[in-house]
Amino acid sequence: MATSDPNDNQADDIDVFNIVADSDPLTRKERLFRWIDLNIFTPYRIIRSDWRASFGIAMIIFLVFVGTVVIRFIPYPRVGDYPRYAPPFQSLAYPLGTDNGGRGILAQLVHATPDMLIIAFSGAVVAMSIGVVIGTVAGYKGGYWDEVLMGISDVVICIPGLPLIIVIVAIYPPTSPWLVGFILAIDNWPGLARALRSQVLTIREESYIEAGRAMGRNSGEILWDDVMPQLMPYITIRSAGAARGVIFQSVGLYFIGVLPQGGLNWGVMMNDAYNIGSAVSNPGLSGHWLYAPMFVLLLMSMGLILLSQGLDRIFNPRLRARHEKKASEKDEIEVDL
Amino acid sequence: MRYFAKRIGQAIITIFAATSLTFVMYRLMPGGPIDSLRQEFMTGGGGDFASGGGGRDPEEVNRLIELHTGITPDVPLHIAYYQYMRDLLLYQDFGISIYYGEPVFDILFRAMPWSIFVSVYGLLLGFAVTIILGAVMAFKEGGRFDKVMTVVIIVLDSIPYYVAAIVMLATLAFGLGWFPHGGRAYSDSVPGFNAYFMQGVLHHGTLPILSGMVVGFGSGALAMRANSIRVMGSDYLRVAELRGLKDSRISIRYIGRNAVLPLYTGFMIGLSSIFSSGVIMERIFTYPGIGWYTFDALMRQDYPLLMGAFIFFTVITVACILIADLTYGFIDPRASVENKESY
Repeated sequence: MATSDPNDNQADDIDVFNIVADSDPLTRKERLFRWIDLNIFTPYRIIRSDWRASFGIAMIIFLVFVGTVVIRFIPYPRVGDYPRYAPPFQSLAYPLGTDNGGRGILAQLVHATPDMLIIAFSGAVVAMSIGVVIGTVAGYKGGYWDEVLMGISDVVICIPGLPLIIVIVAIYPPTSPWLVGFILAIDNWPGLARALRSQVLTIREESYIEAGRAMGRNSGEILWDDVMPQLMPYITIRSAGAARGVIFQSVGLYFIGVLPQGGLNWGVMMNDAYNIGSAVSNPGLSGHWLYAPMFVLLLMSMGLILLSQGLDRIFNPRLRARHEKKASEKDEIEVDL
Repeated sequence: MRYFAKRIGQAIITIFAATSLTFVMYRLMPGGPIDSLRQEFMTGGGGDFASGGGGRDPEEVNRLIELHTGITPDVPLHIAYYQYMRDLLLYQDFGISIYYGEPVFDILFRAMPWSIFVSVYGLLLGFAVTIILGAVMAFKEGGRFDKVMTVVIIVLDSIPYYVAAIVMLATLAFGLGWFPHGGRAYSDSVPGFNAYFMQGVLHHGTLPILSGMVVGFGSGALAMRANSIRVMGSDYLRVAELRGLKDSRISIRYIGRNAVLPLYTGFMIGLSSIFSSGVIMERIFTYPGIGWYTFDALMRQDYPLLMGAFIFFTVITVACILIADLTYGFIDPRASVENKESY
């Protein structure tokens, strides 16, 4: 816009700020369609294109389904229902065999699922929330904040988690699964905070962060708008990891009999099989009692790992950019992941 | 120098925090250990101190509580705290075990080397495998080895260490009879520097070490792979290639060193978690280390031993992390220079 007249130039400046796009504004319907396309179809396509993500998500959905719906169709296992120590695959009434009291193993597994899901969920949410806040603030702010926050998490890291949890649980046995998850989170947040901090340390030196600071945005906005999207894949991976850690520890503690033994729980089943059924030295008698909960635990943790990887793919901006274009253009997806 | 001073200061604070925590649990919690001990002593229980049935007078009970826990009941809080910390830190007076009737410190001090032995070896072995595997996978990114190993690692990663321990115990020890079912050494061997004893220690330690490896293994290999791939894309690596440096030099000094750095925090947490895992592991293998005594104390409601084990765990972990921290400066020279701008 080269003009010699200064007045004319000023008028142009005003015009520049009043330019409106030529196209018509989107209708509500179009915007809704775009939103669905962006937030539902694209992730769905990304997940479908990768077997690991599909398996992980299917696994978790299956466990939630078992814990909420299937549980209503399977009667609560009671002592004396069936013959004692029945081997697996003998009868449709107790497909996985029975324990020392004649309770069906499968029914026990199913009825233990909701508690396990609650423990994993509450533990992951608590650990992740604390970890994200402390890690990002410490990494971004640096200086005094960093020293204090990392000092605290270092102290918590150095105090060995399981013995601490055992000491707490010995004095105050938690009965609610929410509380179990909450207590187990004590051990899991500092690692997350530290790892996030070291991620933020590299991000904070990026030029767009510096630009944000130069524009006078406050730390909270920069952290939320600029730093967090970069961290999202990492946080999701780690939060599924935290859920897995909490599940591992809780089942382990139930297994050695540290957490209260009442109620149905995979760890309690393992403990009983180990001690009452002596499953390790006598696998022919009660091996199925020990290995069935172990197998389910394995599936759950594998599902969580694969879920975290699937979420990584959804959040990964570069991968997403490719899909976004294709999903809205209704093209075939051909990505080699 | 400031870096070292800070690390050591942090270690001291940690130990201080842990011991204060035990005091809080002992003294402040209603219905906590002191109360339950009091009840036990009142009714004349208390292992070897049982002096006939019937109730004891309150002073005698207080004396027993102080003897066992190092905490004097019925004195003001701050004085009790001061006395407790002084005994603990200056005289290593951890109290007396209720079940064993021995000083807690002696019991745990004897058990400590065994725990450190299996834990540290397991972790180091796990990390070595992790780093090598991750690096090789990154090097062959997208190839068949990479794809197969990724699946294998995910499957291995979903196995909790105690499940691995149980399976190993069931197959290798009970099924095949290759390894003993429990204990630390052959019962007929003489402890000392002789071949038979050493062989026994190794024989008994193999399974705990192998399952410790599972703890250290974790998802580290995938993280190492991701780090290596990220580093491989950076500009200075291209420059190094253009300079005509040897592949071995690039892979070890340029990629390896930078890719290992983020794993280092993982290593420190691994140290902490492997000592923690000892509680479950030593229970499964009946390996009388500190973890086994923790479990034992919990089952017998032996609070002095339980608290002592917790403090021991903390001290060992802190010491190991301190060593790791002080050597970190050699791996990453930037660590000891703190010139980060504060926003």
